[in-house]
Amino acid sequence: MKKIAAMLVLMTSAALALSGCGTPPEDNGEGNTGGDAFLACMISDQGGFDDKSFNQSGYEGLKRAESELGVSIKQAESQNANDFAPNLEAMQAQNCDLTITVGFMLKEATEEQAIANPDLHFAIVDDSQIVLPNVKPLVFKTSDAAFLAGYAAAAHSETGKVATFGGMAIPSVTIFMDGFVDGVAQFNTDNSANVEVLGWDKDKQDGMFTNTFDDQATGQQTAKTLIDQGADVIMPVAGPVGLGAAEAALEADNVAIIGVDADWYETAPKYQKIILTSVIKEIGASVFDTVQEAQSGNFASSAYIGTLANGGVGIAPFHDFDATIDQGVKDRITELTADIMAGNLAVVSPSDPK
Amino acid sequence: MTNLLEAPVDERPTRNWGQTWTKVASSSALTSFLAIVVALLIGAILIAAADSGVQQAGHYLFARPGDFFSALGKSIGGAYSALFEGAIFNSRQLFMPLTKTIAYSVPLIFAGLALGMGFRAGLFNIGAQGQIILGATLCGYLGFGVNLPGGLHLIVCLLGAFIGGALWGFIPGILKAKTGANEVIVTIMLNSVAVFLLGWLLTLKAFQIPGSSNPVSPKMNPTARFPHIIGNIDLGFLLALLAAVAVWWMMERSTLGFRIRAVGENPDAGRTAGMNVAMSYVWVMIIGGGLAGLAATSQLLSDPSQQLNINVAATLGFDAITVALLGRSKPLGTIFAGLLFGGLRAGGYIMQAKTGTPIDIILVLQSVIVLLIAAPPLVRAIFRLPDPERQRQAHVRAMNRALKKQSAGKPPTPPEGELAEEVDLPESKEVSS
Repeated sequence: MKKIAAMLVLMTSAALALSGCGTPPEDNGEGNTGGDAFLACMISDQGGFDDKSFNQSGYEGLKRAESELGVSIKQAESQNANDFAPNLEAMQAQNCDLTITVGFMLKEATEEQAIANPDLHFAIVDDSQIVLPNVKPLVFKTSDAAFLAGYAAAAHSETGKVATFGGMAIPSVTIFMDGFVDGVAQFNTDNSANVEVLGWDKDKQDGMFTNTFDDQATGQQTAKTLIDQGADVIMPVAGPVGLGAAEAALEADNVAIIGVDADWYETAPKYQKIILTSVIKEIGASVFDTVQEAQSGNFASSAYIGTLANGGVGIAPFHDFDATIDQGVKDRITELTADIMAGNLAVVSPSDPK
Repeated sequence: MTNLLEAPVDERPTRNWGQTWTKVASSSALTSFLAIVVALLIGAILIAAADSGVQQAGHYLFARPGDFFSALGKSIGGAYSALFEGAIFNSRQLFMPLTKTIAYSVPLIFAGLALGMGFRAGLFNIGAQGQIILGATLCGYLGFGVNLPGGLHLIVCLLGAFIGGALWGFIPGILKAKTGANEVIVTIMLNSVAVFLLGWLLTLKAFQIPGSSNPVSPKMNPTARFPHIIGNIDLGFLLALLAAVAVWWMMERSTLGFRIRAVGENPDAGRTAGMNVAMSYVWVMIIGGGLAGLAATSQLLSDPSQQLNINVAATLGFDAITVALLGRSKPLGTIFAGLLFGGLRAGGYIMQAKTGTPIDIILVLQSVIVLLIAAPPLVRAIFRLPDPERQRQAHVRAMNRALKKQSAGKPPTPPEGELAEEVDLPESKEVSS
């Protein structure tokens, strides 16, 4: 419905534009798309490219490749899992040189097309199970960054309870939650504190899930439940559903949210005053790099693993909360970051990319 | 007599779903066709508006109008020709896309038949989604978890799908029959229960690929899959056609169907005539649920890559409501409506991939079609078609006048034949009283 509304707005604005009498652009004779330009295509998960989350990050990477590398791009949105295979097929009919699928849910469809088209290149975000010479996995060690966020959350919490919940019990989601739990545990060891994590039990690998990546009301409801149980920092790992959690936090007052995938302070400005930090996953950068590689003929099927060291993952600045976080905590986070990067501290999750 | 002239035409609030569906169903095939035309026109406007080339050219419309109109033609023509290429024919694959359209129509036909049956019984079954999910759960588990010889395996999976859906239809049916619980609310709630049930099942090792913890089942055994016929068409389509014939026979030729239709027209009259209204509801929901469950088979048994996951039903259960509406709850209509929607889906993928037209356009097309189907006066107003209701009333008035002349003093009675034929003529009843 949101999209329809947006389209109606677009329509009226187009109608308004009709009344405008601007000057036409000069015809300089050069076509903007070369016939043999490298064609990079992308297929979204069911969130669509406007999900303010990983589909959007991926798409921004592709747009950047279009403007900076001069490649042609095509994109297709999937509305549900039924669309994955047909979208991939439709893309192959457009002769894409490189097809990037966003999300582990597209694994089967990607694998099928990759086998059927061995001379074309593919890349898939958040999945490393396809082992084919023409498929490049783009995966992230998000647990490292979530560890730092967990530490900050524990330090910030006044109720002694922090929480996280997921969109679905899948590795690319639970890896955030594992790191978060470990970060809180690290804070407890450092300060002999006893901050509790609601919503995820790392040992049992069991916790709260909305079972949807697109129903914000469910996210709001889930966050409310956690707030009622006393949590005052929540990290929702559920794409756009997390915005529902931010809404609940905004209503509740004194509850902070940790964004995921992108810096929510930038992407969801409505919630700026409650965004403690965000666990950033630079899908866009990985997409851009992959397009660049493939365009220059250096495509390799070896996995791209985003880490703190290569900037593939990280945490966002504290922005509005900067003043409320002790310098000691900030220093310790810097220290921990260095330890992880140096390999002195290992954040282990069963969902780690291999 | 003058009150007849001013009486609102067919705008009286209806008291039960049965009447509403009768009314919807009475819209003519012409209305359906015109609704599709209007939808395509509205779609064209949206496609043009969403196109960046058109927007840019629009800024300097008066300086160089040619640019604007060529951009307009390019965007609309490009999008609709891509839609056609994806749904029916293109020079590279010839009629391969048409077989795709047919393949996509299969689940819609199954579920559309199921809902149409309910509508004709006066039951507004919103539960196809849940029924498909339950059908998929059983069918899927039997498909990957059991080893049986080919043929037999397929039959077992089909039965599983039917039983799963029938069970999920039986619950609201029996609740309505025994307690009068509103089937709309019960079926909506059961949709959620089904999603969460499947979500939970998929966390169990028994439903997952060995060695993985993703909530996705293994692929179906080859023995359980539909044999292919031609292109993308498989046995599923023949079964859907068979189901349509079976539903037609049941509704039009069998005693059960007669009872269902009678109950749908007027439950009180049915009861007075000695029909077991409650049991009719239960049967409609069981058979309808089973048919909806069969929709799951094309989601699992058609393509080797299909797996049971949380999205196995996609939005089929809701799309099927639209299909049943567009098909006016009749089997043949449902087949055509299913094919139309299958074509929109198949074409939509190519339209999006080739021209970058937002896929939401397809949703707009579908929505506008249904909106217009549900409001025939709107279509008549757009195309200035004569209103059959008004014509009928004019006829009744003429008859009344004639009668009045014959028997002055007595209140006129409209001729029997007129009323017996038309269930939906409240105004003329007022005349007679």
